[in-house]
Formats: sequence, structure tokens, C-alpha cells
Amino acid sequence: MTTLRPFEKESTREFDYVGQRTVRVDGLEKVSGAARYVDDLDFGPDLLHAEIVESPHANALIKAIDTSAAEAVPGVTKVVTGADFPFKFGLYMKDRYVFAQDRVRFVGEQVAAVIARDPKVAKRAAKLIDVSYEELLPIFDPIEALKPDAELIHPDLGSYTHVPWFYPHEDTNVAHWRKTRKGDIEQGFAEADVVLEDEYTVPRYAHCAIEPHVIVGLYDQSGRLTMWSASQSPYTQRHLFAEALAPLGLTHKDVRVITPYVGGGFGGKAGVSMEIMGAAIATAVKGHPVKIRFTREQEFYNTYQRQGLVAHIKMGVKNDGTITAIEHIMNWDAGAYVEYGANVVNAAGLSATGPYRVPNVWIDSKCIYTNLPPGGPYRGFGYSEFMFGLESHVDRVAEAIGMDPVEFRRKNAIREGDILAYGAEMNPSGLIEAIDRTAAAIEWGKKETSDDPNKAIGKGFAVFWKAPAMPPNASSASFLKFNEDGSMNITVSGMELGQGYLTAMAQIAGEVLSVPPSKIRVETPDTDRNPYEWQTVASHVTWSCGNAVHAAAVEAREKIFDVVHRVHGYEEESLYLEDESVRSSTDPDFKLPLRDFVIEGLEAPDGTFKGGPIVGSGTFMPEFTSTSSDPETSQGGHPNVHYTVGAAGVVLEVDRETGRMKVKKVALAVDVGKAINPSLIEGQITGGIVQGLATVLYEDMRFSEKGKLMNANFTDYKIPTAHDIPDETIPIIIEVGQPDGPFGARGVGEHTMIPAAPIIGNAIKDALGIRITSMPITAEKVALSVMKEQASEGDET
Amino acid sequence: MRTDVSVTINGEPWLLAVESNDVLLETLRSKVGVKSPKIGCERGDCGTCTVLLDGHTVRSCLVLSVEVDGHEVVTLEGLDDEGLTELQQFFVDMNSFQCGFCAPGIVLAAAELLEENSRPSREEVQEAIGGNLCRCTGYDPIIDAVLAAADAGGRATQ
Repeated sequence: MTTLRPFEKESTREFDYVGQRTVRVDGLEKVSGAARYVDDLDFGPDLLHAEIVESPHANALIKAIDTSAAEAVPGVTKVVTGADFPFKFGLYMKDRYVFAQDRVRFVGEQVAAVIARDPKVAKRAAKLIDVSYEELLPIFDPIEALKPDAELIHPDLGSYTHVPWFYPHEDTNVAHWRKTRKGDIEQGFAEADVVLEDEYTVPRYAHCAIEPHVIVGLYDQSGRLTMWSASQSPYTQRHLFAEALAPLGLTHKDVRVITPYVGGGFGGKAGVSMEIMGAAIATAVKGHPVKIRFTREQEFYNTYQRQGLVAHIKMGVKNDGTITAIEHIMNWDAGAYVEYGANVVNAAGLSATGPYRVPNVWIDSKCIYTNLPPGGPYRGFGYSEFMFGLESHVDRVAEAIGMDPVEFRRKNAIREGDILAYGAEMNPSGLIEAIDRTAAAIEWGKKETSDDPNKAIGKGFAVFWKAPAMPPNASSASFLKFNEDGSMNITVSGMELGQGYLTAMAQIAGEVLSVPPSKIRVETPDTDRNPYEWQTVASHVTWSCGNAVHAAAVEAREKIFDVVHRVHGYEEESLYLEDESVRSSTDPDFKLPLRDFVIEGLEAPDGTFKGGPIVGSGTFMPEFTSTSSDPETSQGGHPNVHYTVGAAGVVLEVDRETGRMKVKKVALAVDVGKAINPSLIEGQITGGIVQGLATVLYEDMRFSEKGKLMNANFTDYKIPTAHDIPDETIPIIIEVGQPDGPFGARGVGEHTMIPAAPIIGNAIKDALGIRITSMPITAEKVALSVMKEQASEGDET
Repeated sequence: MRTDVSVTINGEPWLLAVESNDVLLETLRSKVGVKSPKIGCERGDCGTCTVLLDGHTVRSCLVLSVEVDGHEVVTLEGLDDEGLTELQQFFVDMNSFQCGFCAPGIVLAAAELLEENSRPSREEVQEAIGGNLCRCTGYDPIIDAVLAAADAGGRATQ
């Protein structure tokens, strides 16, 4: 039988499972207490614990390390330092060592580790390690780091290996510089009736998954390295462990990564961060399992942080509302190591026009080393950061020409087939519908007033987009097998981070094979058993792994039809699946339950059996992507698979005196292509908005003048509680199908956080007439801005 | 100093030898093998280590093991020995949780609320789970399930 593209084939009929509000396949485990996370696994009395010795300095040379006092502590098994593991690692650019070698570059960087059976002993002994440092002047401000006379944080930058689409600038602090150029920027500004420019700043943020990073490693007597990891990226971890530890004789076959449930990721558990220490340490205590569990404090300062941004935006528009040019200069505070974070900078550098048709574009996105903790992936992957400035700026430009900001966005919204800044074509998009339905949901245009004279009510609006940022060959794979009763087990290596991925995969396979998702177990990854997945990041697994699972299910279906044809004679084209049975369009009476033959096969008239266990495998790679482009313009490649777009709006009440804000209503519309499970998508919308609102309303990392993070706990870095949620959240799902997605689906996980900051900034402007250009927009900042405004008005009169 | 502690955990009697500075969370996880109370911050901020001590929620990371001598501790595993409570069933049916790491604490906090107040307002639910951090859900799906369970007259713990 012919295998059509899934979406083309199946979009024309009603679905049994896809599109249903299916109950999560992991719900019972999580609500009953049965769900196991890495720290819940038992390793017996032989388990060792490692305590990490960290740098107190933001920039210093290591002159000497004396471990003798720590080694003399009774109960200490082993002490390791950088000298034991002179190995580099990194996802996109190898700029890190397992432990610092001769230099530390941020406060909290790992220098040594003490391993003991009793974690309290390890902790006590770690304090006895004497490291002699020669302090160097640290650089915390990316703009300072760009100056020609700035000290080099990585003097050897020119020698680092990296992916081909990065452009490090040797003998500077610029680790990567993404340039995107389209049209003629000067001509674009010359054509404009109004040109407006300003600067927007965004600080660093922490992911704050409730589960801290945990890694357990066992390097057994036979030379196998097994890692139990709280990770979004089991296969990428296996690859990076094997690569970094290759000098010890390890190969990919010798390394196994097992990832049970993960207690939240948000990008913080992507790639490899602290886990590399666990892998290295395990090799130093052969035969004993060893665990590193980060404290909440370490979680804040030595995993990944969301990078800081200083963005300069210049936009030209005609009086009729047409955008003629956007210049977007982004200087990223990427931190001490950018092995992952440089790709955040890259992603922003390709897409910083926002979802608009813009004929003339000039984007510079610079990844700048500083002596702050390493930046890295965080839900939104750069888009949350630059969209704050861009969507604030769009409101201001619209105001400057006297146009309604929603009408302005509608007029300039990108459409299918439009040419993107780097030359590729825009995918199908429901952006206009998202704008219209969001505007209706918050009654855009209708002015609201508070009963309290001290309070003003404002409305804010923003659009958003985001593409998965992936290497061009990021791929997914899936195995599927039937059981005796017609139930199924599916193995994949995407991670269930809470987004509902396992449930979505069960719905996709169930739809193809007519098996209810409640009869399908989708298993969390074990790299020995489950097939390949690049990483669970970029909001791409529903789309990419969904295609792989779909392909595995189709393969299984073909095997089912083949054996039924061979034994019962029906033409394969006439066969279809319904209610866990094989049916034939040529014989309404034919109904063969799957459970009758998916393991035991079908008995032929001669008494022999045909078929046997039904299994399927499927893979997916986006074969149309490419990062080969002109480094000076980014023209020529196809770096992004597609964009998910949407819009959001807010009704915000602000106290003029205290600046205190209350989100009365928030609406967010997102074009998911096809909602595999609307309940799970609503979960992404509700949760993502709250996480985004926190970044604009109060979260903020505070560093001392010596670069030490001052608020590395939940008392001083507040994340939202049940009291801090909008009065009303309106999720709006739009379905303009993605032609190459499973049943038309595309990703949605990160997007729901992206518009939160600009809608608040725009609502405050609407309520109080004040424009705030730096995040977070705290109550204090609002109150002080009101006072300043009143004072200057007083001066004028 | 080592002390013997006699405590009922999920309905079963335990005699545990603990150090005077051992915290209940670690004792439950490593000596009793009860894994639903999680380690999230170890300073009482996040609530994922919540257990019921004599029917009331406490943060087990802030309770010394010696303090529970002669008392009764219930964790999520022991909420109902016959299976799921109706409250838990609402959490499952309404897809309330995502990563699930906060669930053991929040389910117990909500169970305590419904035990004491069978018809809570939305604000009372927010107050009851206000000390339990969740980074995934935005809380609405959790609050909705508690209110639905209350509406259904659902039993909280029995």
C-alpha cells in the first residue's frame, strides 16, 4: 500500500483519539505517589555521595590545589580535581572542562569534588580543600566586554571546536556573532515616515524546576558506565559523556543513560551541565555508584541561567502603517561558558524581526562572554528576551503614526509564503486569526475603569512566534510492539517533562492502530533499549517524535494487513482498523480482533501459523533543513523547520500609588497546527503564561559587585504561588495544519511564555501613560516611574 | 546522639534509630523507603516534602525525626490504602499535574483542606496550597480539581 504523508492522509476524517481530551498516561502514577524520579531510585548501601568544591571568585587563575587535609578525613573515598579529567566538553562549542583547569570564570564554578559514603563527611571534607587563586578583574557587563581593550575571558577562543554555523571572533569576547541581512536597511529607513529607536534590557532568570539536578553514575567492574540522570536529553548526554571521556577508553556502546520521570526542565535540564561531573567521578570510583544532587542554591548558580540581553531596536514605518525596516542589535550576556547558550543567540539572530513581513532587515546577535554563570536554554530560547523589546517597540511605533496597535500588527502580520529575514518561506500560519480572537477575548478597544480611584486599568497586546532551534539533522525514532491482549508498549527517547509528551505519543499511535491510549504504555528513555531522540527541547518532540511514532504505527499496520491478506485473502487496500480489529471494506462481516493474532499469528487452513509478533519502527529527520548560509547575511540556508505563532492580551489593574498590579484577565491564542490533546495544550498555555508573567512582574537575579548570586533561594527569588495567578486565563487553540506534522501538529511548549513580558509593558503604558523599557517591571519600578512622571509634570507647571 | 523513635507511618508501626539532627524527610526517604515526599529546597520554601503529621500538613524537611516519636505520619502513599481518594481521581481525570514533582505535597495539602472544609471557596483553595510551589501548571488546573472534588461531595481522605 502507498504511504501518504500523515497529514494529507488523515486530515479528512474524524479521529477517535487524536484531538480528544485524553487523560494523561502518567497521571495515575504521579497522583498516587508511584512516580519515580532519579533521586527516588535506590542504589543500596554502597552508594557514594560527592560534594563539589566551588570557586569563590568570578575570574581567577588557579595556582595550586591542596587536597591532603580532605583526603585525610576518615570516611573520604576519593578527592578529584581538574587534573584528573583534563577533558573538554560542550554541545555546540567545546569551551568547558569537566572541572576547572588553570582558571575559573564565575562564582560557583566546580574546581574539585570530595566523594564519601556519608554526604555529611563529604561536605565537611570539601571545606578542607585549599585552593590558591590569583584574582583577575572580572567583567559582568556585556557592553564592557565588547570594548577593544577588554580583558579576554577566553584567550584561546580561536582554538575551540564548534558547529559550522557559529562565528567566533578570535581575540575578542564575542563567542558567536549571527548576522542577518535582507534588503537595503538604509533605503528602508529613508522610505519611512517615522523612524523610532530605543534600548531594552532584560536581566537573567532561573528555571526553578522544583526537582533539582540529580545524577547517579556507576562505572562497573566490566567498564560499563551507567548514568541515571534527571535530564531532557538522554541521548545527547550519552554522546557528550562518551565524547568527553573517550580518553579513558569509553565508547558509546559502553555508556548507558537512564532517565525516569523528570521533575520539570524548562531548558534547565537540556544538554549537559552538572551531569558531566557525575560521569567523570564515576570513573574514579569504579564499582561504586556515586550521586551528585544539587542543592537549591547550586541549582540557581551552576546549571544554566537564562541569558541577559541589551537590545537596541530601530524601526521605520510609513504613515499607512507599513513597516519598512527593522534594525535589531542584540548584545547577550552569555556568561562564562557558551557551549549551549551560543545557540540561543543564534536562534534570536535569525528571527528577531518577530512575526512581521519586513522588506529591509539588519540583525546583529552577539554572544558575549562575561564572568557570570553560564547562560543556556530556557523556555523561549531567546525569543522571550527579544520579544519584550520588539513588541514594546511595535506599540510605540503604532502610537507615533496614530494607528491602533492591534490593527498595526494585523496589517504587518507575516503570512504563508512570505520571505523570512534569511530568505526561506514562511509556513502556514493562523496569526491573523490569533490576533482577532485574542483581541475579542479581552474586548480590545473597550476602555475599563476601576471602582477604586487609586487604580487604573490598562490593556496590553502582543504577538509572538518561535521556531525550534535545532541542528539540521536533529532526528527522532520510535519502536512499537503489541502485547498478547492487544495492548502496546512504545519506546521513544523524548522526555516526559510534564508537557504530556507520552500521552500525545499514545494518542498518535492509538489513532493509527485503533487502540485506545489507555491500553498503550509509552516508556521513559533508557539509551540501551529505547531508540534515538536528539533532545526534548525546542518544542519539537510532538512534531518530530510524533512523526516517528506515526511511522512506527504505520509500519505495524502494514504488517497487520500483510498477514491478514496472506491468511484471509482480502486485498490489503480493502483493509482498515476499527475498534482494535481488522475490518474489510469488501466484507462487512469480517472483523478480526487484534488481540487474536498480534503475538500468536494467524492460523492458515493447513494448520501452520503466519505472522507472529507485530512490531513497528519509525524514524523522522527534517530532510529539508540546512544551516549552510552566507555568514555575512544568513541568506541561503533553511535553518528553521517552521514557526509556531500566536497572540496574547491582558487586562491589568495597576495601583497608581504602590505600583501593585493585578492581572484581571489574560488571553493567549496559539496556532498548534492540530491539537493532539486540547487539555494538555491548555495546560501549556495556563502554565506558560504564569511562568512568563513572573519574569516581568518580579523575578530577577541579583549579583553582588563580585559576581556572586545574592538570591539563590525561593525566599529571595520568588516564583509564583497559587496566590499569584491571573483572575482569569483564556486559552485559545487555533489549528492551521502543519503539512509535515503528525496529523498536522506543530509545537507549543515554549511559546506560551514569550508574550508575557510585552503585554504587561504595553498594559502599563495604556493604564498610566508610562513606558518601561527594562525588565522586570516590578511594583516598585512602576511606583517610582509614576512619582518621577508626577515630579516632572510639576516642574513643567 | 542516636535515639530510638517509635512512629506510625502510613498505618504501620516503625521503630527507627535516628541521629538527633536527622530530619524527617531524609529518614522517610532513606530509612523507611517512602519516596513520595521530595527534596526540593531543604529549607521549607517549596512544600514538595509535605507530609501529614497527626493529620496536619508539615514540611518534613523542617521536622526533626526525633520529634515524631509517638506520633502518626501519613505520606501520599498512605492517603488511602484502598486506592485513590475521590480527590485524587479528580486530579487524574482533570490532568491537573504536569511533571508531578509537587503533586505529593499538593495532594496532601488539598486533602487536609477538604477534611476541614468540605465546601472551600477558590480563595481558600489558593490559601491551602499557597505554600506548595508548582512551576508547570499555573495552579488553575489544580484548584479546579479541588473545587470539583468538593462540588462532588468527594471524600478527602477516606
